[in-house]
Amino acid sequence: MTLAFKPDETFRDDYTYRNSPAAIRRFPFPFHQDQYMYSVNMEPHAGGPAGSVYEHAFDIDEHYIAEMRDRAITLERDPGRCVSLPHMMDAEWDTLELLMESMARDYPDLFVLKKDGERWRWVNKPLGIDQSFTFGDAATLPCPPFEYITRQTQGDFVIMDQRNNDLFADAGMITSQADWSLAFDVGMSFMEWHGPVPLAHELGVFERALKYLLMLQQGRPVRRLNWTMTINPRLDTAPETYPEWGQDRASVTPENVGPKVHLRVELQTLFRLPRSNGMLFSIRGYLASMEELATYPRWAKRLNRVLGSLPNELAEYKGLVRYRQTTLDWLARHDDGAPLAVGTQPE
Amino acid sequence: MSHASLNVEIGRIRDLAPGIREFSLRRNDGADFPVFSGGSHTVLSLPLGDRLHRNPYSLLGDPSVRDTWRIAVRLQETSRGGSRWLHEAAREGMRLDISAPVNLFALNRTGRRHILVAGGIGITPILSQARELARLGADFEVHYAYRAPEFGVFADELEALAPGRIHHYVQSRREQIEFGSLLAGRPLGSHFYICGPAGMVAASLNAGKSLGWPDSHLHSEQFLAPSGGEPFDVKLALSGHTFSVPSDLSLLEAIEQQGVDAPYLCRGGACGQCELEVLGAEGELIHHDLYLSADERASGTKIMPCVSRLKGGCLTLNL
Repeated sequence: MTLAFKPDETFRDDYTYRNSPAAIRRFPFPFHQDQYMYSVNMEPHAGGPAGSVYEHAFDIDEHYIAEMRDRAITLERDPGRCVSLPHMMDAEWDTLELLMESMARDYPDLFVLKKDGERWRWVNKPLGIDQSFTFGDAATLPCPPFEYITRQTQGDFVIMDQRNNDLFADAGMITSQADWSLAFDVGMSFMEWHGPVPLAHELGVFERALKYLLMLQQGRPVRRLNWTMTINPRLDTAPETYPEWGQDRASVTPENVGPKVHLRVELQTLFRLPRSNGMLFSIRGYLASMEELATYPRWAKRLNRVLGSLPNELAEYKGLVRYRQTTLDWLARHDDGAPLAVGTQPE
Repeated sequence: MSHASLNVEIGRIRDLAPGIREFSLRRNDGADFPVFSGGSHTVLSLPLGDRLHRNPYSLLGDPSVRDTWRIAVRLQETSRGGSRWLHEAAREGMRLDISAPVNLFALNRTGRRHILVAGGIGITPILSQARELARLGADFEVHYAYRAPEFGVFADELEALAPGRIHHYVQSRREQIEFGSLLAGRPLGSHFYICGPAGMVAASLNAGKSLGWPDSHLHSEQFLAPSGGEPFDVKLALSGHTFSVPSDLSLLEAIEQQGVDAPYLCRGGACGQCELEVLGAEGELIHHDLYLSADERASGTKIMPCVSRLKGGCLTLNL
């Protein structure tokens, strides 16, 4: 797939972000059936159909350049969105290696990695970067290795340290999160970090997920989808900037649901890291507006039913109570009530 | 569960001491080996007669050397064939399948001081941990116990890593590690790691606990060899297989011989990956693993088939 980047689109102020028809078609729509509930919905992340978001280890799409610029703006305003505790330096290099090797392998037209022993050269054509450095020597990069490479990779990232039969969120690059704070969560254990999630604890979801992840093997990454909704195509929905975007939830009207209300899907992938025995957690977000999704009637119908039957605790936690009914009224116009077969496909 | 496996050739075999051999492994496809962390092991698939026998061995070499992996194997007196095959049948140039690295004995990177103890062949994961700590510039010390001077096979390699921080205990000279004094008066943030014979590991952990060390700071690794036992019958409820487990096969090996894909990772009773649900047991479950809690054992509903068995009639599993 040749990518036509949209370098000038924005995720703030005038919100010019839009998906091309091709981007809508590959949107990772997450609902197999008409009801949604938490589960340990993890599967091997071992590729997927050509052109799909699952094809490569780390998906790069038409929004790459614009998303990286938005990350830079957020970091400029709040450098604390990137944190790494002192014992994470091996895991930082592990992450740089995994991301550079994956991107150079999967997108050879865009990224090139050349190695001569520990002397590496990294070329990032879309962002116009050509960097020679010594692997393992942070002084040879313009910033620490984890920050360096995640400023050039779409999606948020957490690195978890594994110790005492638990996983600790000890490093992160988080600039497009669904209303959680890295500054608050950094250093937390797996259960502490997931503490606020309703219902799932009672289902034993996190206990099983943790047990599964502790045994994650090198070279056998796994993935799952998560979702929420966002008003306007905004990436920076952090608690730190809540005053800038929280009020947007009250701005939804029957007339503007189509372009304003977005389904936000996270493709979450987990990779065992080799030197540190840590784990890279990639949270790759995709945004699509209601009118973009409704170009595939099947998706509009499905979303209408999922949103209508969503337990109140979940609607509350995901922050969509305020505009749920208005959105449902809009979606209902696209739903003839005919039964839908199981599956997430657009057509 | 099928594993990401690497096809390797036995490069060099070195006899280090009576009953201890080192093997260098090279990949057949010429690609680099994956990087691994200190304390990792790989599982070798060994061709014993008409069946594959899988044994875990610690990776003792330098992980930055990407074209060679090193393991060391002690001939087990009660070997069911794995270590005996490696000592008697293995030849340079033979090909084997081995697994990607797995670490069940990782260092705690938040530790302020690391106390490493090795007994005999237990030096193999300790050596790779020491190498990692030396690379990180961490504060650590190694206590290495062996039977007689000629059995201190990695003494020189250790000394080169951390001059002055290696303490030797030679049994033939009546030298012994006193865990009570080794573990007393250590500052907060100290972590203890031991790999060695079962009695030595138990003695050290007991000493640590009685001195008030938290469990989270006491780390040990032991791989159990499946110990064999009386034959028993098995019924797999989901796949419908019924078969007998002979005395020289583990339950997991017998399941695999039926062509049933059962999950596993360490095959030594440590990791928990192969846990199976027991639906019925005519007899007593003989648990040999290091994974299940006392409550889980008492419930009679779980078994780790890599090392545990049934004494009695028929075992019904949810598989």
